[in-house]
Amino acid sequence: MTTLNNTITSAFGGDAKQDTGQYPTPPIPPFDKGGAGGVTAYQVPREWFVNVAKVMKTADARLVAEWATDESPFGRGFGIYACYAKDSEYLIVKTYTPLEDPAFPSLTKKFVSAYRFERQMKSLMGVVPVGHPDLRPWIKHEDWPEDAYPLRKTFDASKPMPRVKGEYPFIKAEGEGVYEIPVGPVHAGIIEPGHFRFQAVGEDIINLEERLGYVHKGIEKRFETLSWKEGARLAGRVSGDSTVAHSLAYCRAVEATSPFIPLHEGDRGRLPERAEWLRALMLERERIANHLGDLGGICNDVAFAFLLYQFSILKEKLLRTNHKIFGHRFMMDRIIPGGVTVDISKDAKEEILAEMDWLTNEFERLVTIYDENPSLEDRVRDAGILTPEKAKELGVVGFVARASGQNIDCRIQNPFPPYNIIVPKITVLQSGDVHARAWVRIEEIRESIRIVRAILYGLPDGDITVKFNPPSPDKAGFAVVEGWRGEIVYWIHSGALGEINRCMVRDPSSVNWIALEQSIHGNIVPDFPLCNKSFNQSYSGNDL
Amino acid sequence: MLRILHQIFRTGIVTEPLPSAVEAEIEGTGARLEEAVRRRFCRSLTIRQVDAGSCNGCELEIHAINNPIYNCERFGIHFTASPRFADMLLVTGPVSRNMEIALRRTYNATPAPKLVVAVGDCGYNGGIFGENYASLGGVGKIIPVDVYIHGCPPTPAAILRGILRAVEK
Ligand code: SF4
Repeated sequence: MTTLNNTITSAFGGDAKQDTGQYPTPPIPPFDKGGAGGVTAYQVPREWFVNVAKVMKTADARLVAEWATDESPFGRGFGIYACYAKDSEYLIVKTYTPLEDPAFPSLTKKFVSAYRFERQMKSLMGVVPVGHPDLRPWIKHEDWPEDAYPLRKTFDASKPMPRVKGEYPFIKAEGEGVYEIPVGPVHAGIIEPGHFRFQAVGEDIINLEERLGYVHKGIEKRFETLSWKEGARLAGRVSGDSTVAHSLAYCRAVEATSPFIPLHEGDRGRLPERAEWLRALMLERERIANHLGDLGGICNDVAFAFLLYQFSILKEKLLRTNHKIFGHRFMMDRIIPGGVTVDISKDAKEEILAEMDWLTNEFERLVTIYDENPSLEDRVRDAGILTPEKAKELGVVGFVARASGQNIDCRIQNPFPPYNIIVPKITVLQSGDVHARAWVRIEEIRESIRIVRAILYGLPDGDITVKFNPPSPDKAGFAVVEGWRGEIVYWIHSGALGEINRCMVRDPSSVNWIALEQSIHGNIVPDFPLCNKSFNQSYSGNDL
Repeated sequence: MLRILHQIFRTGIVTEPLPSAVEAEIEGTGARLEEAVRRRFCRSLTIRQVDAGSCNGCELEIHAINNPIYNCERFGIHFTASPRFADMLLVTGPVSRNMEIALRRTYNATPAPKLVVAVGDCGYNGGIFGENYASLGGVGKIIPVDVYIHGCPPTPAAILRGILRAVEK
């Protein structure tokens, strides 16, 4: 099988330089697949940035993320990065642009996901994707000054962004009987803010355009003012419902930059296994709780409030157990660079095992009710279809991808202990409708219950932390973690004093939101809340 | 259908006190809430929730007070979609600069007298997000706040207590 690595070296030879300076070599165990966190990195001349994309597209790779850095403290101008993935391989390609000419060739002709990545890069870093057909601001709102680029080092982030006059040009569909429905940013329910603009004929939606960025809190910039340890707390608040997954991805990226200090002779200088397993335990509990909540929400949106109440009782009980055993209902701040902050006792282990028995029992009863209800089935089948072709084209991740025929889950493709031993069984469905997104969640709850049990049975003894060694200057770290919504990506870069120079966050929502737009055509307006719920993407994780 | 009835029967009334200190406390808070809501709001306190920039963690706990275990409706608390019917705004998050205008509008659309309860450490002072170009800090910087509920996120019990403090004020 040709790897992306081979592909790039055979296409570009010595002109694609492997970047060994920023990523530790030899790689830190257990990341023995590539550089940090199982990634290889290359640097190419600026004009070739898009040629690499072409080659990657031909090799059937997915564009995972694209981002920019301000590396002027190192005298290097702006860094432009793209990350590709195929099977279990992740590959980063970077190029530099001079500060006075921050242009780079756009990847939009090759990858749809580049549209929003590059609009965001332009909006927040002021680098210009040449050839991008739509350079309206993204995340940045139209009432920001045009030349305010918060991620640049020269930007003074301490004062509120001033307001200027400006209007956001929405895409307009024209024709007889076409009317527009603007919704939000403040919605009817208890949910995050965002704006949706529908164009409809009668009840049929012919176009939906999302306009997000309302909860932009300057998170990426904020990272640059924090210590590595505080960074874990912030990562845990990028999207509160995925606090475990985000803090884990952040910590793994940070840990990938430097070996741990061996505590004694024979110490492997790596994370204690018990810590890794406890991290996975929390990650799976987070998955179960959120999926339960979503199933309830989906049922509620088809006027089946009974199941909302039932599922929410199960979720609430899990959160209480979290509080009792981990000291926090969502397990916030339990994962830190170098390990975890809580251990579990033998009693706690028994308690969780008993809880899983109870949960299985209760859950299966509800699944039967869900499955046997024809009026529910009527609403969820064939609603909000994202076809497998579209899903692939858009590069979506997580349960959204798996409900539309894409076999991706980084617990399989980029495993860390214990997922190398306790291998998750992945459910992939083809129909891509609301039902598929619900059913994938059902199967994932079942599987996570199994994994939780297996972790508890096999939990290795030992320490739960190791002394964490902050990165030395100008090092980069990369990590991916499969949160309940899907693949979460962190890339960090240390500055001249070993501080956080850049922390790039890519929540699954950054690539999945666009899939909602694409799946809604031809559905009726009243079905929108249901379709939206079935995707349940994060606003905060997207807006940063 | 039979299964549903069976499940309803099995589940019983889950809001019955579970044997824990939390439950006892919720019952206590609840009884006082019910009383205050009856006296001051004719039996029904209507709340409009506004996410002004939160991480969504606080929203999860506000959802939880609606679940059958906390079941805030039994104390006369309802959530509404429109600020025009609201007696109280329950605001989360540091106020993001991009939500500032929407928050002010919602506040202005709410009829006086109105109570504002800011939820979470972010609502108090911006929390971990602090103040910068995009995060304006606590809710009190933008609109007058009656009660702050601390915690990240505050537990459902703490949220109920905070609402109680506001209505008893
Ligand atoms: S207080 Fe905590 S949970 Fe609430 S919005 Fe802020 S960070 Fe999120």
